[in-house]
Amino acid sequence: MSNNEPVDDRSLLGAGAPPSTTDKNHPVVDPSVVDQASASERVETRVETKTVLVTGASGMLGGAVARLLLEQGHRVRTFQRRPADIGPGAETVLGSLTDPDAVARAVRGVHAVIHLAAKVSFTGEWSEFVATNIDGTRTLLAAAKSAGVRDVVFVSSPSVAHFGEAIAGAGAGTADPERARGNYARSKAAAELLALAEDSPGFRVAAIRPHVVWGPGDTQLVERVVARAQAGRLPLLDNGAALIDTTYVDNAAAAIVRALERMEQAHGQALVVTNGQPRPVGELIAGICDAAGVKAPAWSVPGWLARGAGAAIEGAWTAAGKRGLVKDEPPMTRFLAEQLSTAHWFDQRRTREVLDWTPDVSIEDGLRRLAAHYRRTAS
Amino acid sequence: MVGKPLWPGVDPAWSRRVRVPSTAAVDPAGSAHTWHLLDNGPQLAESGIEPAGTLLCVHGNPTWSYLWRTLLGAAGDAVAPWRVVAVDQLDMGFSERTGRFRRLEDRITDLGDLTAELGITGPVVTVGHDWGGVISLGWATRHRAQLAGVVLTNTAVHPAGFGLPAPLKLALHPAVHQWGTTTSAAFLRVTHALAHPPLEKDVKDAFMAPYRHAARRTGVGNFVADIPADESTPSWNTLIEVAEGIRDLDVPALIMWGPKDPVFSDRYLRDLMDRLPQADVHRFEGAGHLLPEDRDIATPLFTWLAAPVVDQASAGERVETRGGRPKAARPARRSVETRPGTFRPMLAELHERRTDNSPAVVDMAPLAAPGAGPRTLTWAELAGQVDLLADGLAGIGVKAGDRINLLVPPGIELTSLIYACLKLGAVIVVADAGLGPAGLSRAIKGAGPQFIVGIERAFVAARLFNWPGQRISVTEMGEAKRKLYGIAHTVPELVEAAAAGSAANRPVVDRSLLGAGAPPSTTDQSAPVVDQASASESAETRVAPPAPDDDAAILFTSGSTGPAKGVVYTHRQLAAMRDTLKDTYGLEAGTSLVAGFAPFALLGPALGATSVTPDMDVTAPKTLTAAALADAAAAVDATAVFASPAALANVLATADGLTDEHRVGLSSVELLLSAGAPIPEPLLAKVQSLVPSATLHTPYGMTEALPVTDISLDGIRAAGTGNGVCVGTPVSGATVAIAAVAPDGSVSDQPTTNPGVTGEILVSAPHVMDRYDRLWVTQRHSASVPGWHRTGDVGHLDAEGRLWVEGRLAHIITTAAGVATPVAAEQAAETHDGVRLAAVVGVGPVGAQVPVAVVETLPPATKPGTAPRALGEQVRAAVARSTGLDLAAVLAVPELPTDIRHNSKIDRARLADWAAKSLAGGRIRKP
Repeated sequence: MSNNEPVDDRSLLGAGAPPSTTDKNHPVVDPSVVDQASASERVETRVETKTVLVTGASGMLGGAVARLLLEQGHRVRTFQRRPADIGPGAETVLGSLTDPDAVARAVRGVHAVIHLAAKVSFTGEWSEFVATNIDGTRTLLAAAKSAGVRDVVFVSSPSVAHFGEAIAGAGAGTADPERARGNYARSKAAAELLALAEDSPGFRVAAIRPHVVWGPGDTQLVERVVARAQAGRLPLLDNGAALIDTTYVDNAAAAIVRALERMEQAHGQALVVTNGQPRPVGELIAGICDAAGVKAPAWSVPGWLARGAGAAIEGAWTAAGKRGLVKDEPPMTRFLAEQLSTAHWFDQRRTREVLDWTPDVSIEDGLRRLAAHYRRTAS
Repeated sequence: MVGKPLWPGVDPAWSRRVRVPSTAAVDPAGSAHTWHLLDNGPQLAESGIEPAGTLLCVHGNPTWSYLWRTLLGAAGDAVAPWRVVAVDQLDMGFSERTGRFRRLEDRITDLGDLTAELGITGPVVTVGHDWGGVISLGWATRHRAQLAGVVLTNTAVHPAGFGLPAPLKLALHPAVHQWGTTTSAAFLRVTHALAHPPLEKDVKDAFMAPYRHAARRTGVGNFVADIPADESTPSWNTLIEVAEGIRDLDVPALIMWGPKDPVFSDRYLRDLMDRLPQADVHRFEGAGHLLPEDRDIATPLFTWLAAPVVDQASAGERVETRGGRPKAARPARRSVETRPGTFRPMLAELHERRTDNSPAVVDMAPLAAPGAGPRTLTWAELAGQVDLLADGLAGIGVKAGDRINLLVPPGIELTSLIYACLKLGAVIVVADAGLGPAGLSRAIKGAGPQFIVGIERAFVAARLFNWPGQRISVTEMGEAKRKLYGIAHTVPELVEAAAAGSAANRPVVDRSLLGAGAPPSTTDQSAPVVDQASASESAETRVAPPAPDDDAAILFTSGSTGPAKGVVYTHRQLAAMRDTLKDTYGLEAGTSLVAGFAPFALLGPALGATSVTPDMDVTAPKTLTAAALADAAAAVDATAVFASPAALANVLATADGLTDEHRVGLSSVELLLSAGAPIPEPLLAKVQSLVPSATLHTPYGMTEALPVTDISLDGIRAAGTGNGVCVGTPVSGATVAIAAVAPDGSVSDQPTTNPGVTGEILVSAPHVMDRYDRLWVTQRHSASVPGWHRTGDVGHLDAEGRLWVEGRLAHIITTAAGVATPVAAEQAAETHDGVRLAAVVGVGPVGAQVPVAVVETLPPATKPGTAPRALGEQVRAAVARSTGLDLAAVLAVPELPTDIRHNSKIDRARLADWAAKSLAGGRIRKP
């Protein structure tokens, strides 16, 4: 497996893709509550059909974004290493971010780019993250700019501004490659900074940071939780009380697409997107296990122990990975232990104001959809 | 360190040096010294700002001008900017080491030399801390023309007749002095360690910076050596000159005090208040000697400076004086209509019934003779007892305006003492044991009574906690115990002496004992007309009755929202409380009531109602049994019962002990008042079955306003459920309004009575307290909406004008979707069978909080943590259905923290803090 390619080509959404939420994502504008300018502009964006490039559309979130754009009547082109099953209507350019020619082909003739492709992993060599996440983003931005693309939504992560301590109701914060934890977050932080530095009135760039995206078909969080719980390898840290914000996939996709519509307000900014429903991490994990029909973890280890053990395991795993001994993600890393044992939830007021948007699918609804998905895949 | 200021919090531009010619006696003629100052004057001048005046700040020992940095920081931002000149005294801080032993007189002269050299003209407000307080006041007494005010923090101008406190005695001891203050840095370190919370290291370093070497510390040692401990010390005369000189300062004064000070304890505050009766006082409970480090003093100081009282003074108009003495400042007194002409003194009813031989007060378990069965005093006996007690108290020097702390359980003794004090004009201080020993101790020290009347248990605590005041035992006491507890008198002795005196037709009590310092009666339109016909009878002739607006009583808040606060009522306000109860509940003379709830129970003799104290420990309401209640009711054919919810809960729990006779007796009760905390309808319904003929009422109110509204059981049923607890409509004489809460939690200053607006509950009534005691900042806040008292509770009015209480203002949850109040969500959570008690708190920053429920489960959780999943999900769903709130988490605890007085108010502030910590990750501890 070549390390410099996007690895978030997660399994596709199955037959259980959620029903269209088009109407919900585009509520009829009530002129009494929206000022005249934004109302007219919204009407304008709704009628305008654009050609949008979605990178990393083979992932759960990228796929959801591409489908939502199609539903809204836009022309969609996807760009990733392997074909993405978006359904009819999407054009596909296959290739890697590390290939400037492929990238140039992908951006030709599009109005806007939504950039999701990235190397997402808890372990791995720094150089691999640099190649895909930093250099790849730089390549894409340069190509888009010279191709006359007007707008770019850079899909980032709140971890670019999470430095290990608990976050309780904080704003987005500024990305900091020096202080961010782990290679993924550090490389995304650097990429976000360079993306936002490109922002100008003629080439508008916004960064959207969805936090812990999950949903049917999710291999990053949901399937790992389920697999580990099944194997009895999933402890709760400190009884799982740490409050964590998450984002149901449809909400994350809607916010990203909405950012394109609200580019006038959003460009130049980094916005954290969540469901706005923080929950104790243990409760989320239990909810996911329930939906998947596996037993929820009932044992707890102290967070400090997990963080220490995670660091040790992470080192060993990376070393083993180099020698081809392991291909999987390690069972625990320091980053993961931190994520599972410290609060991280966010103040969504600015995001919702800038995007003029609220999530449609509650955590509870999302878990019901997840359960329905597992029932269908099981039968 | 690069980029870091030399001293944290100090703008380098403030630091300056000035060469000042000296006229101090200690210096040879022609001497001059270099002073170091922190002075924002040049900075203001540069910005073209004309300051309102100058704050002349004088540090004590062993600090330096650094102590005042927050004032400099805030001075430029104040609405009317002030110049702040904070000096380093000579031989101190970074000022010159003069090589001479500068005494108090020299230091006062030094300060005058400095202000002359700086050419400070215009109004000056002096600010002093520690021994700098004396020096600043010395400057004040010698610069009266430009003096606009004085501000003091933890200082003293006189040993106050008590001698020096032990720590200072030690510091002065020759064996310790040189080593402790100069040779070593011990004195500095000990002083710096007095901060609560401890000083940050860089701040500690800054305080230490000018005193690094023994040679730099000579001034520190000399300062201590110069303390004028007694007449023999060289600086005694100057000290007395200052201490007496401030008595006729006619400028406003502000005293900010940290009570946890091992040297300058509350007794020095009381001494200062005696000398500066016009002073606005704020005691910052929990703060200590280094008050400017412990608390933000800049905000209250500049708020005070902006208050009209100081502006007038600086414009040359002095505050109103009376009898040549400055009028005691009554900050922001409410302008409630007081119905002039209708004031009827608290003793009027007792006085009219002085020949009535029907029962006035009944004790089911008399204090003096436990187990002896009920004791009854007729109206005539009670009136006689009150007269004798008043005479007896006057005989030992209790005078109008003195504070007298009554640590006596409800009953005949307490009732007699209260009315005797009201007659004398002595201010009763009533703090109940429900505050707990530490809380009670803080309350008593804060009120600073001149006298304590108590039972033996009270003196055990008085001795242990070193409470102030001359001690008077309510019962006889043997010599050994008297000595042990330092008992000066006993109540039986006082009564005996007074009886002997009146029998021998003793000449009137020496007027000097009644105190030349007692404020003369400010007779006004509504002053009581004393029945001249009664002039023949004893105390009446000697003691002028108190004026309606003189202080009458100090009660204490429950302490469920921070340290208990003293609440001052005047005679007029107590009388208004009586009248409100009378008018709201029809408690006419002739009513007989069971007094199971202390504050109202004390009003029986004022109402002309016969009152009976049941056999119970009133400090522990849970000890009232059904049988004890019925026995008490039977003793007086009670028509009314006052009780607290906790007491009623126990009455229900012990209802099996009722005989048929008991039940018959209770059936004649017409009114049952459950006061103290909201009472759930099911509990009230069960109570109804015990008193079938009674209408059940539950008033809503607080120590500051008793009561505000009232609702009957029928009213509760008619109101049904809603957002909060329906507490009914305003009582007679009271008006209620709402100050809307904005999404960021801030409160509007515009009262509204529009239905459905959630905000802080405001009350206006003649029986609202006069003010908080020695809490200027708190008082100012509570009266900041003109004409109203801010209750700190939140709620709304409905279309029928009923008030719904939604919780405390401090407990509102400021979510991104707007402000939410906890009570409705808690009620929804408590509808779940597995939940015994719920509290909903906000977690996260203001404006972006998420609601979290903390519950006591059935059966109780063994350790704190997230609630069992099914329960958590059901509680979340129930709360969402009824309030729309999305609970982020449901936590279960073995027991919710509650305040001990009512045993019912949940300490939500503490819970919110605990929930935030628990949900941030890490080990979960007990709340």
